[in-house]
Amino acid sequence: MRFVDEFRDPAAARRLLTAISGLAGDEEFKFMEVCGGHTHTIYRHGLEHVLPANIELVHGPGCPVCVIPMGRVDDAIWLAEQPDVVFTTFGDMMRVPGSNGNLLDAKARGADVRFVYSPLDALRIAVDNPDKRVVFFAVGFETTAPSTAVTLVRARELGVRNFSVFSNHVTIVPPIKAILDSPDLRLSGFLGPGHVSTVVGNRPYRFVPEVYGKPLVVAGFEPLDILASVAMLLRQIREGRCEVENQYSRVVRPEGNPAALALLAQVFELRPHFEWRGLGFISQSGLRLREDFADLDAEQVYDLPGVRIADPKACQCGEVLKGVLKPWECKVFGTACTPETPIGTCMVSPEGACAAYYNFGRMHRDAAQLVGQSRR
Amino acid sequence: MTGTVPRDTGGPSFAEHEVIERIEAFRRRRPRLRDEIVTMAHGAGGKASAALVDAVFVESFRNDELDQLGDGAVLATPRGERLAFSTDSFVVQPLRFPGGSIGHLAVHGTVNDLAMAGARPAWLSAAFVIEEGFPIVQLREIVADMAAAAAGAGVRIVTGDTKVVPTGAADGLFVTTAGVGVVPAGRAFSAAAVRPGDRVLLSGFMGDHGTAVMLARGDLDIDADVASDTAAVSELVEAMVAAAPATRWLRDPTRGGVGTVCNELAQASGLGVVLDERSLPIRPVVNGACELLGIDPLYVANEGKFVAVLDPGEADAALAAVRAHPLGADAALIGEVTDAIGATVALRTGFGGTRIVDMLVGDPLPRIC
Repeated sequence: MRFVDEFRDPAAARRLLTAISGLAGDEEFKFMEVCGGHTHTIYRHGLEHVLPANIELVHGPGCPVCVIPMGRVDDAIWLAEQPDVVFTTFGDMMRVPGSNGNLLDAKARGADVRFVYSPLDALRIAVDNPDKRVVFFAVGFETTAPSTAVTLVRARELGVRNFSVFSNHVTIVPPIKAILDSPDLRLSGFLGPGHVSTVVGNRPYRFVPEVYGKPLVVAGFEPLDILASVAMLLRQIREGRCEVENQYSRVVRPEGNPAALALLAQVFELRPHFEWRGLGFISQSGLRLREDFADLDAEQVYDLPGVRIADPKACQCGEVLKGVLKPWECKVFGTACTPETPIGTCMVSPEGACAAYYNFGRMHRDAAQLVGQSRR
Repeated sequence: MTGTVPRDTGGPSFAEHEVIERIEAFRRRRPRLRDEIVTMAHGAGGKASAALVDAVFVESFRNDELDQLGDGAVLATPRGERLAFSTDSFVVQPLRFPGGSIGHLAVHGTVNDLAMAGARPAWLSAAFVIEEGFPIVQLREIVADMAAAAAGAGVRIVTGDTKVVPTGAADGLFVTTAGVGVVPAGRAFSAAAVRPGDRVLLSGFMGDHGTAVMLARGDLDIDADVASDTAAVSELVEAMVAAAPATRWLRDPTRGGVGTVCNELAQASGLGVVLDERSLPIRPVVNGACELLGIDPLYVANEGKFVAVLDPGEADAALAAVRAHPLGADAALIGEVTDAIGATVALRTGFGGTRIVDMLVGDPLPRIC
């Protein structure tokens, strides 16, 4: 497991930063990183403060935890509190606030809520506990949807009857479109999603340069990947090109993963519309289970309350997710809304822009540079 | 690359540094307990734990010794000798893991807390809460581990207690130890002695214990050769203090790891701590496992390590003394104390980037000790 160090080589980073400074000159650039994973890397490695000040990274909507609306969390808690239910989900979802507490609170009240690393683990719990009803709270973009699909197909093969999925899967292209259509933001280009693209490939993003005239570089998640992708975007702009490029070619193929895409098509269909936290309803943006899988669909097996809950008034997650506000520009950031007592979803997940900034980035540029340069 | 004015995005009427100052002021407030029931977060060693301890325990028991909130209390006898006194409970699951067992932890944990208070550990008590049905052969093995650990650390277990509870009322076995040690004359570790420019030492690889226990639970399907570092560090502390008599402050980075301990240092001293990512000693296998699981090794528990704040003039001698001991062979100077960034902890990343290392919110790895 020695795989991390070569992507964090300081000498290579310095070369890239020199190239970036040269390409950028004095002009101001604003690039949006779509993925929460990128946001996390940028803050965890302090990239914001090593980049020239005229290059601004704007955080995008690609944090799957952040985009789940409150009403869906309330439904999840309702499910968790049904008799004989074992409610399973990824760890990050445990702390996402609903209108009355989160899943951890439900667990402390006695609900059987467990976190799993894979939906297959949830299926295993169902197989091992035939007297329980196991529900998996599925969230995420095309990155995690295939593993949910595999699990559903596997459950069908095994004839498991005490298992269901509460699908909150979403797709990446509609929110990018929504952001490009928003008049609030003047972006110079995009760092395209890496993990999502391993599944969907890089063709779905062609509309970004072709329709909206913005370059997009599919980027990996190591600090050097981010810097290399920023350099590629600048190079496109300087050379007068505007296209989809793939920096993450060690993982992403242009056509994506056809087997995963086929599986997604077999199991899921697009909902007419789906609510996004802070962004409102976006049409054709959410995935639900096909009718063939109705008996494994928690939305059909259980009579969910399905109440829509408006975001708290003070919360500006929508503006943060769209990149219109920087995390610290939100009025409740860091005071009423902190990682321990989050009001908004962006403060919960380590991929959320607010949590990443609060946990890692909460430093003045001058102090950060002073500290960064004072190596003994 | 010297943007002195925070960039204005045209949005709010306040600047980034004002927000940061407002947040820091907010963070300096006493943690408030708002919860109605105890959750796992209250046991995780982060801010929720601090709020619970502050609002429930310290509030009720208040006295000068407790108010120090150290790993152990230092008490003066009428004749002026000083004793350190500490207690700890152990609920680790599984009870046995690569590198040790709950028995080793129960002895090493309390011995190390005494050593952090500056004491030479001498006597321990041991109390057992045992679930009905627990195999006596397993109990014997765990108690044998405790005996061996006590002998190795030069302490005696001089009193104890046994309780049995019905099936389901405890998870196998819980162990509580308390210990007493003698603080040598003239020795006083205190956060008040910490000064800007002081160096921070970590006595070996970080994250071994938490990673080993996590992998031993077997629910992650990751095979990696990691053993717990559980060990008594009292001898190592003595070796270091002999070489660095002006040692300011010690803490063992157990639950919450090195990141949490450095935050405790910042809060207690009112000064900042800058860690150097490239100096942090970590086994590649631990780093890899943490990377896969999305866990920051800075927050992963250790059970045979300490963090020391040293006079800069003695730092190299201290490091040499620690490295000369088998338990400290991989020790490193990992950072320094500064007055440039307030009472926060920052990490200088591999290529000169900087980030905050905050207190942990919610433990990703419960029941690690």
